[in-house]
Amino acid sequence: MTSETLVEISDLNFAYDDKRAILKGVNMTMKRGQLIAIMGGSGSGKTTLLKLIGGAAKPSSGYIKVSGQIIHALGHNALYAMRRKMGKLFQFGGLFTDLSVFDNVAFQMREHTDLPESMIRDLVLMKLHAVGLRGAHHLMPAELSGGMARRVALARSIALDPMLMLFDEPFTGLDPISLSVIGSLIRRLTDDLGMTSIIVTHDVQETLSIVDYVYLISNGVIAAHGSPDEMKSSEKPFVHQFIHGEVDGPVPFHYPAQAYRQDLGLEDIFV
Amino acid sequence: MSKHIISAIQGVGHRTLEGIRRLGRATLYFLLVLWKSGTSLKRFGLVVRELYYFGVLSLIIIVVSGLFVGMVLGLQGYETLQKYGSETAVGTMVALSLVRELGPVVAALLFASSAGSAMTVEIGLMKATEQLAAMDMMAVDPVARVVAPRFWAGVISMPLLAAIFSVMGVFGGYLVAVVFIGVDDGSFWSQMQSNVDFRVDILNGFIKSCFFGIAVSAIAVFEGHDSLPTAEGVSVATTRTVVTSSLVILGLDFILTAFMFRGL
Repeated sequence: MTSETLVEISDLNFAYDDKRAILKGVNMTMKRGQLIAIMGGSGSGKTTLLKLIGGAAKPSSGYIKVSGQIIHALGHNALYAMRRKMGKLFQFGGLFTDLSVFDNVAFQMREHTDLPESMIRDLVLMKLHAVGLRGAHHLMPAELSGGMARRVALARSIALDPMLMLFDEPFTGLDPISLSVIGSLIRRLTDDLGMTSIIVTHDVQETLSIVDYVYLISNGVIAAHGSPDEMKSSEKPFVHQFIHGEVDGPVPFHYPAQAYRQDLGLEDIFV
Repeated sequence: MSKHIISAIQGVGHRTLEGIRRLGRATLYFLLVLWKSGTSLKRFGLVVRELYYFGVLSLIIIVVSGLFVGMVLGLQGYETLQKYGSETAVGTMVALSLVRELGPVVAALLFASSAGSAMTVEIGLMKATEQLAAMDMMAVDPVARVVAPRFWAGVISMPLLAAIFSVMGVFGGYLVAVVFIGVDDGSFWSQMQSNVDFRVDILNGFIKSCFFGIAVSAIAVFEGHDSLPTAEGVSVATTRTVVTSSLVILGLDFILTAFMFRGL
């Protein structure tokens, strides 16, 4: 692992409109070869942050630099050149349903390289072997289980050996075995390919067991950050509630509402 | 009361503005598709694949509809023309009705409801299941790779399907008028040959179907890409494709007919 910074996020603000600020003054630094988790509850802004890093949205202010280049200042061609060095695993895979497993993994190679078909075949089988699905190369996406589809999507996203991998909720909807398989694959591929990986997730246990560093986001701001051990032992109320999955705490169980008695019309009776 | 009137007027204004915005977005999207069509020309195999799905697979409905429309035209035409002793002109009537109007228009309406809606659903579902976003993240432009080939396949398919519809219609008219009713075979074909003009009738019909092909395909791909990424969003977009395409086909047909056959 080198100490060179690959992703730098500085004073990042993002809002869909004037009323809804999604991210507020976010600062992050991610080094090459690191596996970083961005965690937080639903609607905390973590998926939006992943879109911003991939250049799929533009910040309201602040900047994101990837490999020294401000991602949202890039033109169409420069952004596509940058994305060739990135990979993204979508929440439900995003596999092309009209292509077989083999053709899905070969897609980027055929689009972006002039490699002969025999070499593409070998590379695809190697990528599929890395995720344990070499024998499933002839299947169509509709024939795969959720966990297998996620692994094929992972093989497809590393097809061109990216320097930066983005994982959007990679553990959602998986059984415990598939979840562990995906978790260990993310860790192993990050180390083997020497890439930087960013996982957006709210799965605490699996994530803390594989990542190097954690950012915890709440309401669009970074509530805490540190190593997995620091997060586990943190006494900050929000971090404690999130990591241990407590029902009540700084994030209240009840959505804000007027007094219960008032809602039930009891005050008028007992006054 | 006045509140209701003001709110009704506001509603009309809001819908009008939204309609104009959509029209603007659709126009820009159409220009974008044209701009990104280079890939379709360079890799024509992508278009050929879509030609199969949207053209070849629409053949059955076009062939059967054309045959039956022609048979009905032959029957109705014969019933009317025989009153004036001109039943031998039934071939001319069937052919002119088909190549000028019914061929391009009915084939386009059928194309909009079968291939057009399929195009919208396919692109809409690709958007809803993050396939387009995944492609974009892989530095492959979804408009160039997915949308433009489908658009051009629709544009190429439409005039061919309209021609097949007209041919089947003429054959249907022949079956009813000549084979079943007994109109003179030679008169049927010779009158048709002498009264149907290649440039005025056939070429204008072909041009019409090209316009319809562009309109239906442009609407179908726009509605698919513009749909909300949900089951309901795709369903609404599909309905919009069929309704908008049908209205545009009928409107365009009137305008084109006025220019072509009335010399406006």
